[in-house]
Amino acid sequence: MSLDKDQIHKLATLSRIAIDEATLESVGERLSAVLDLVDQLQAADTTGVEPMAHPLQTTQKLRDDVVSEPNHQEAFQTLSDSMHDGLYLVPKVIE
Amino acid sequence: MHNMSIAELGLGLRSKTFSSRELTEHFLRRIATLNPRYNAVITVTEESALASAERSDEQLRNGAGGDLCGIPVLHKDIFCTRNVRTSCGSKMLDNFIPPYDATVVENFADAGAVMLGKTNMDEFAMGSSNETSFYGPVKNPWDITRVPGGSSGGSAAAVAARLGAAATATDTGGSIRQPAALCGVSGLKPTYGRVSRWGMIAFASSLDQAGPIAKSAEDCAILLQCMASYDPRDSTSVERAVPDYRATLNDSVAGVKIGIPKEYFSDGLDPSVEAAVMDSLAALRELGAELVDISLPNSHLSVPAYYVIAPAEASANLSRFDGVRYGHRCDNPVDLEDMYRRSRAEGFGEEVQRRILIGSYCLSAGYYDAYYRKAQQVRQLIRQDFVNAFEQVDIIMGPTCPSPAFKFGAKGDDPVAMYLEDIYTIATNLAGLPGMSVPCGLVDGNPAGIQLIGNYFDEASLLNVAHRLQQATDWHKLQPGGLD
Repeated sequence: MSLDKDQIHKLATLSRIAIDEATLESVGERLSAVLDLVDQLQAADTTGVEPMAHPLQTTQKLRDDVVSEPNHQEAFQTLSDSMHDGLYLVPKVIE
Repeated sequence: MHNMSIAELGLGLRSKTFSSRELTEHFLRRIATLNPRYNAVITVTEESALASAERSDEQLRNGAGGDLCGIPVLHKDIFCTRNVRTSCGSKMLDNFIPPYDATVVENFADAGAVMLGKTNMDEFAMGSSNETSFYGPVKNPWDITRVPGGSSGGSAAAVAARLGAAATATDTGGSIRQPAALCGVSGLKPTYGRVSRWGMIAFASSLDQAGPIAKSAEDCAILLQCMASYDPRDSTSVERAVPDYRATLNDSVAGVKIGIPKEYFSDGLDPSVEAAVMDSLAALRELGAELVDISLPNSHLSVPAYYVIAPAEASANLSRFDGVRYGHRCDNPVDLEDMYRRSRAEGFGEEVQRRILIGSYCLSAGYYDAYYRKAQQVRQLIRQDFVNAFEQVDIIMGPTCPSPAFKFGAKGDDPVAMYLEDIYTIATNLAGLPGMSVPCGLVDGNPAGIQLIGNYFDEASLLNVAHRLQQATDWHKLQPGGLD
C-alpha cells in the first residue's frame, strides 16, 4: 500500500492540516507503513460478524428538558485572544 | 514518608505523626530537587497544594476525612483542572487554562486529596515512549537513557521516583499499563465506563478510560474507590454500584482459575521477561491458583484493528482544535481555511498529525467499509475471544509488554515498531475490559510487568490477585537507584 502525492494532498485537505511539500514524501512513506500494518485486517474472515462500535450495549439516557448548567460564556471566551463583543473573530469569509 | 503506602500515610495523618502540610511540603521538595532529572511533572501547583493541605489538616483535626484526605497526588495533564494549565502534552493547548475541573479531579478534591501538579505525557496520549510530548520526554527513573513508556509516562515515572503518593493516568491502548510496567509500578485500567471521562481530553472515545498508577495494588484499590463513580455528565459512564475494593483484597486465591493465553507468549516476547512472568505465575500457583492454558485466537489482529479505530475516532475528536475558540492560532492567516490548516500544522506534533491523517483516510468515501467497518467487525471477534475465555477462567494473565524499557530514539523513525509496543495491552481496550500491570522482576536492571485482565466490572478480582501476589513477593518494593 503506497499513497501518491494527490492522495496525501486530499488527506491533508480532509484533515485541515497544512503539509510542507518538502516533507510530503516522508509523510507518505510513514502513512503507507501504517496502512500496510492495518491491511492485515483484510485476511480476517468477518462474514456475518456484527460490527462493534462500542464496548457497552447501552442506550443514551435522557434527562428532563430543563436548564442544568449556568451560562459560562464569559469564562469560556477568555480562552480566545481574538474576541469582540462576545463574538469570536476569524478571517473574513464573505466578500 | 514518600515510601509509605496510602494506608500508612493515612494512619500517620490521623495519628498526627505528621500533617498534610508537612507531607505536601516533603513531596514538593522532592519534585523541586528530583524532577529536573526526570521531567515527569510539567506544572507544579505549590500554592494551591499548600492551601488544600491546610484545609485537609483542618478536616483531619475534626476527625473527618476519608482514605485520601490529605494525601498528595499528581494528575495527568489530560484532566482539566480549573485555573491550572491543561496542555495534554501539546503545543496546541500550551495556553489552555480550563474554567472547570474534570470529574476525576473533582472526586479527588472532594475526598480531600492534595493536587501537587500535573504530569507530562505523550501528546494527546498518542505514544508509548513519552517522546511525543511538546515539553520534552520523561526519563525513566531506573535508567535516564531509557523511555518511561507512554502515554502516562510522567505519572508512572513520578510514582517510581516518589514525587507524589500516587498519580492519575489514562489508557486508550495501554497507556496506564505499559508505562507502569516499564517504570516498575502498579497501574490499573478499569472497565470502560467505570470512571467518568468528563473533562478528560478525548483521544478515542470508545477506548479511553482513566485509572490510577501507584506503588501497590492496595494503593490502586483505594484510588479506584475514589475515581469510580456514575457521572450523568458522561453519557458512557455506567450506573452501577462501586464495590468496596479493599474489602476483597485479602481474599484467598486458592481455586482461582488463571488463563494463560498462548498468543501472549509468542516469538516477539523477550525470554527474560517471559521468565519473570512465569516466576510470578508460579508464586500464584503456590497460593493455590490454578493455571489454565487458553487461546485468544484473534490477538494478532488487535494492533491492526486499533490503528483504524483509534485514529478514526481521534480524527473526529481533534477536529475541535481549529484555532477559533481556544488553543493555538497561527499568525496572520490569509483566510479561514489557511487559519485552520496552519494552526493545526503548527499546534500538533508529527505523531498526532499522522493519526489524524490515517483516521481521515479510513473514514473517507470509498474506504470506510474496507477499513473502519472491517476493523469494527474484527473488534467484535476480539471481544468474543475474551467472552469465550471467561467461560473457562476467572482472570487472564501474561506479560504487559514484550520487552523492558528501550533507549530514547530506538523506535523514533518507525511508527509501526512503536505501535507493536502495545501488542499485549490493546485488546483489552478494544473489548472494554479491565486490565492491570504490576511489577514482576528486573531484566538487566530494568523492570518488567505482568498483566492481569479481568471480566467486565471485575476490577475487584484483579486487585485481589495482584495484592495477594504482592503479599507473597517483593517486586513492587524494588526502587530505582540514586533516590533516597
